Amino acid sequence: MTTYILRRIVQSFVVVIFVTVMVFLVMRLLPGDPVLMLVTSGELQEFTQEQIDALREELGLTNPLYIQYVDWLRKAVSGDLGKSLLHRYDIAEEIKRRLPVSLHLGAFSFIIGITVGSLLGAISALRRGKWVDMLVTVAANIGITAPPFWLGILLIYILGLYLGWLPIYGYTSPFVDFGKSMLQSIMPIFCMSLFPIASTARLMRSSVIEVIQQDYIRTAWSKGLNEKIIVIRHVLKNALMPVVTMQGTVLRNIIGGSVVIETVFFVPGMGLLLTNSILAHDYTVVQGIILILALAVVFSNLVIDIIYGWLDPRIQYE
Amino acid sequence: MTQPVIPQTEEMPAEVYIQEALPRVNEFRRFVRVFFSRGVVRFGAAVIVLLVLTAILAPVIAPYDPYEQNVTNILQPVSREHLLGTDSLGRDTFSRIIYGTRYALLVGVVTVLIAAFIGSFFGIIAGYMGGWTQTIIMRLTDSVMAFPPILLALILAAIMGSGIKGVMIAITFALVPGYVRLMCGQVLSAKENEYVMAADAIGVSHFQIMFRHILPNCLSPLIVQITMVMGIAILTEATLSFLGVGIMPPAAAWGAMVHDGYRYLIRRPILSLAPGVAIMVVVFAFNMVGDGLRDALDPRLRGTL
Repeated sequence: MTTYILRRIVQSFVVVIFVTVMVFLVMRLLPGDPVLMLVTSGELQEFTQEQIDALREELGLTNPLYIQYVDWLRKAVSGDLGKSLLHRYDIAEEIKRRLPVSLHLGAFSFIIGITVGSLLGAISALRRGKWVDMLVTVAANIGITAPPFWLGILLIYILGLYLGWLPIYGYTSPFVDFGKSMLQSIMPIFCMSLFPIASTARLMRSSVIEVIQQDYIRTAWSKGLNEKIIVIRHVLKNALMPVVTMQGTVLRNIIGGSVVIETVFFVPGMGLLLTNSILAHDYTVVQGIILILALAVVFSNLVIDIIYGWLDPRIQYE
Repeated sequence: MTQPVIPQTEEMPAEVYIQEALPRVNEFRRFVRVFFSRGVVRFGAAVIVLLVLTAILAPVIAPYDPYEQNVTNILQPVSREHLLGTDSLGRDTFSRIIYGTRYALLVGVVTVLIAAFIGSFFGIIAGYMGGWTQTIIMRLTDSVMAFPPILLALILAAIMGSGIKGVMIAITFALVPGYVRLMCGQVLSAKENEYVMAADAIGVSHFQIMFRHILPNCLSPLIVQITMVMGIAILTEATLSFLGVGIMPPAAAWGAMVHDGYRYLIRRPILSLAPGVAIMVVVFAFNMVGDGLRDALDPRLRGTL
């Protein structure tokens, strides 16, 4: 197990290096350089040539590329992501302020996705061909195809504007006002967790169907174990394996989806900041946020891989 | 029906006779029968045929010019003249949704095909060569996959600049890693087959082995993946257009229409909701057809993609 974990950590480390290079190159892919782009797009028109040169110097744009990368990486490792090109705020501070908001919605969506999804999938498979199965299958197929932003708008219209049951935008920390926080986060969390629920349910259903046809399940039945033990200990435990590996994809989806959902519901998290910064061409902020989001994906994949290796020891020897 | 008689002789083992005695299966007919056996798949196939026809015949079907503004006729409700009302510039929503099929199809088909081509190429090389080539290609793929696809497309589209070309390049790039990973895995198992060893033994070049012997044997999962991802590509384009970095107005792209209509949600919810339904139906159709293809092409893949 230790070798397996070490190997995975080394692999993730290599991926992290590649990721930082890519995030760094994002800014260099721009035509000209970011400062020039801001000037031409009009956002810095009131700047004098000296101020522009100073800004370029500050961003290190006058150095060779590899030195710029090393400098940027050294600062990033020590927690300094630079300043916003447009509004001059400290990016790391701003991210620190917004991270709990995104984490709140994202974590809930993830937990709801894996629990509700696996449960629905398992029930659907165990009642194969019955009306529950039909319902879950149809709902899951719709769930993976509904555009999240459109679903958000639909909910805003029905539950917010038409029925007036839920607030249509904003965010309140649960530690400030628990009730308001709950009401405000119902719609965003529902929109963000729909895809995880639907995709987990689909996979869990086919996984359970496959497991219940295995010889060891027939053995368990024939030696007279009761249904509860067979389902929980033999079927579900084995059926969950592929579901666990898929959670990496689900997490990527939640992180990507948060950008869209936070924009629709005007939730002041990292996603909304990213959309606004992209639209405003504030590329130092974009760089900082995508670095954090990509690292979150790499780290969570590492954790999922380790959990999987622990659940299914065969994987360690591959 | 009587069982075929299997003579047991020393020269010919029994298995060979069993194989020859089995009735010949018409692969195409079997494919058609399995593919069309499910209602949702038939529905999906019908939607896609309808989508293609609508895109081609848009000028004939659409009652109005999708770009014709009429300031005296703005935000009209649903009526016989305007089946889905008119938008804030007096344009007919129904006609715009019909023309929107062109953008959806163009983005969905072109990006996925190019991404599948590039991704499969590198995936096959990685899987066949193994060693350092595989390590480098796969770690690079992992790194690109560390970015959620929608995020990657969003950033690339922003860099490329709005407009259909930028969006298509961005989506293509975001889709490539999926194909690299899929084909690498397929080739890793396919290259263990005896026909590969045989080809190698008679001196067939690596290039020929990869693309003439291994590739045709990995096509089923690739075709399934291509169909399913077309829906995802259309969804991604709509999302980008909704966020304001995709296909820009006045173009009649569905995502942009949802975005435009959002501002009039209280007065005319249909402006935002109708194009969303169009997106959903089309994505659903591609998913279902992908499901059907998977069942028909390779039953072993059921539930794995």
